[in-house]
Amino acid sequence: MTETPAIRVRGLRRTYGDTVAVAGLDLDVGAGEVVALLGPNGAGKTTTIEILEGHRHRDAGAVNVLGHDPAHADLDWRARIGIVTQDSGDLGELTVHESVSHFAHYYPRPHDPEQVIELVGLTAKATARVRTLSGGQRRRLDVALGIVGRPRLLFLDEPTTGFDPQARRRFWDLIRQLAGAGGCTILLSTHYLQEAEALADRVAVIVGGRIVADATPAALVGRATARTVVRWSDGRQETDDPAALIATLTTRYGGAVPELTVSRPSLEDVYLDLIGDGS
Amino acid sequence: MTTTVRPGTPQRPSAVRLGLHRATIELKGFFRERDAVAFTFAMPAVILALLGSIFDGVYPGSDVTSAQYLAPSMIAAGVASTTFINLGTGIAADRDDGTLRRLRGAPMPPSAYFIGKILMALVVTVGETVLLLGIAVLAFDLSLPTDPVRWLTFGWVFLLGATACALTGIAASSLAGSARSAGAVMNLPYLVLAFISGVFYTPVGQLPEPLLTVGSLFPLKWMAQGFRSVFLPDSILPQEVVPSWEPGRIALVLAAWCIGGMVLCLTTFRWRGRRSR
Ligand SMILES: Nc1ncnc2c1ncn2[C@@H]1O[C@H](COP(=O)(O)OP(=O)(O)OP(=O)(O)O)[C@@H](O)[C@H]1O
Ligand SMILES: [Mg+2]
Repeated sequence: MTETPAIRVRGLRRTYGDTVAVAGLDLDVGAGEVVALLGPNGAGKTTTIEILEGHRHRDAGAVNVLGHDPAHADLDWRARIGIVTQDSGDLGELTVHESVSHFAHYYPRPHDPEQVIELVGLTAKATARVRTLSGGQRRRLDVALGIVGRPRLLFLDEPTTGFDPQARRRFWDLIRQLAGAGGCTILLSTHYLQEAEALADRVAVIVGGRIVADATPAALVGRATARTVVRWSDGRQETDDPAALIATLTTRYGGAVPELTVSRPSLEDVYLDLIGDGS
Repeated sequence: MTTTVRPGTPQRPSAVRLGLHRATIELKGFFRERDAVAFTFAMPAVILALLGSIFDGVYPGSDVTSAQYLAPSMIAAGVASTTFINLGTGIAADRDDGTLRRLRGAPMPPSAYFIGKILMALVVTVGETVLLLGIAVLAFDLSLPTDPVRWLTFGWVFLLGATACALTGIAASSLAGSARSAGAVMNLPYLVLAFISGVFYTPVGQLPEPLLTVGSLFPLKWMAQGFRSVFLPDSILPQEVVPSWEPGRIALVLAAWCIGGMVLCLTTFRWRGRRSR
């Protein structure tokens, strides 16, 4: 749809007193792309995301989000952005439905509030006060409020914290739907490697306020290049072509290969390796 | 893609419309918090009932009882509490719990937030005033004026006083570092002013000179004086600081605080809490 990147960050820096939270970060997110930010606690994910949202100021660096500097963005820019922050404690006395339909009013072309509530799976709780929601349900409301304005760019800071496995799958479907048919650009942070793998076109790993890796999930685990390990009852072999090896083994055993496993380094292995086990 | 929008259409809703929306949301939020509602309304009412029954006697040269003298001043204190304290603590809480951050993330014109807050405070203040007047009339035989001119005075003193206190409360909310400290931060100046403006300490003319001078710098003293001019006979004037209701000066000081409060709001308002900037 658009050629220019949705997000372009160069040399971003932010310090809090003596703490350097973001230390010269570069990041590009293309229009329509889904990018996951991974990184240990305190790596600078929230700081980075909130600077891109215009919620925090930066000390240095060039930032362009949907053609504007978020530090000086106007309301029309805000109308094109959706935000799900890492934590929230507001709206307590309102109901789910009141909250979503209130926020729908701010936007020029909002989604139907009922539909959004349905999408995040809160229909049964639509008339419940927000303060009575469980942690995961509250989080789903945050997601509903983030998408009700039909954003072109959506920021999600650890959106699925507290989701049960079913809700997480459902959320993944929602994100795929927004990114696919909706054409929405999405930048999300997460601690779930499986989630990054399932959703993201690209994974950027932040450590100490810097990007240490930025690639597709597949490239990151080196699936294209790394050798696969094939193990069976009385053997183990590394290979570039596991299918051929298994075919050979099958003929040798004249059927099922006993205790056959085929393993590749997981994203988790690569990630833990990247951030260095000590950090 | 069918999601492409022609530039300029459709429009975002206007600040006034969104402000009215915010007002309904604010009122829902306020009235659903039962204990907060009860205490917000009860505080000035209980003080009026208590002080009104503790002091008795009639001021010499008039038939005004000390409870009747207290009542209009307590209405002024009630207005200050439902505007200054209510908004100051409410906005500090909004800043703390993420309300402001979420609203800032939405395409909301800032004025919509303030319109909503002020309308909410106005509704609550009218309720409080009716409650206090009811107590004064039923328990302390305060007679309501029949002269429309006096009600007109009531109207402008109420509006100017409530606006001045509301704006000052909005500005003062930024002084509180967190929602938890906000109650203390807002109540200290309120209580001090209630004493040195001749509300809790009656009659105002008996206050020591230095305290009176300080009290006269702030809107509460003048709002209380304005309400006394509405509900009390002129025979009580010897108990005032000067034997006149000074309507011109009341209007001047309250209007000055409205303007000053507005300037303070515009220059000091913080959308973000100290923890996340
Ligand atoms: N308001 C603040 N004041 C002082 N230091 C802060 C503030 N916000 C963040 N920091 C510090 O900046 C660093 C980065 O924090 P940030 O919240 O961006 O990390 P994160 O990657 O989002 O972590 P998490 O995975 O725990 O959410 C941390 O060391 C944190 O202590
Ligand atoms: Mg974070």
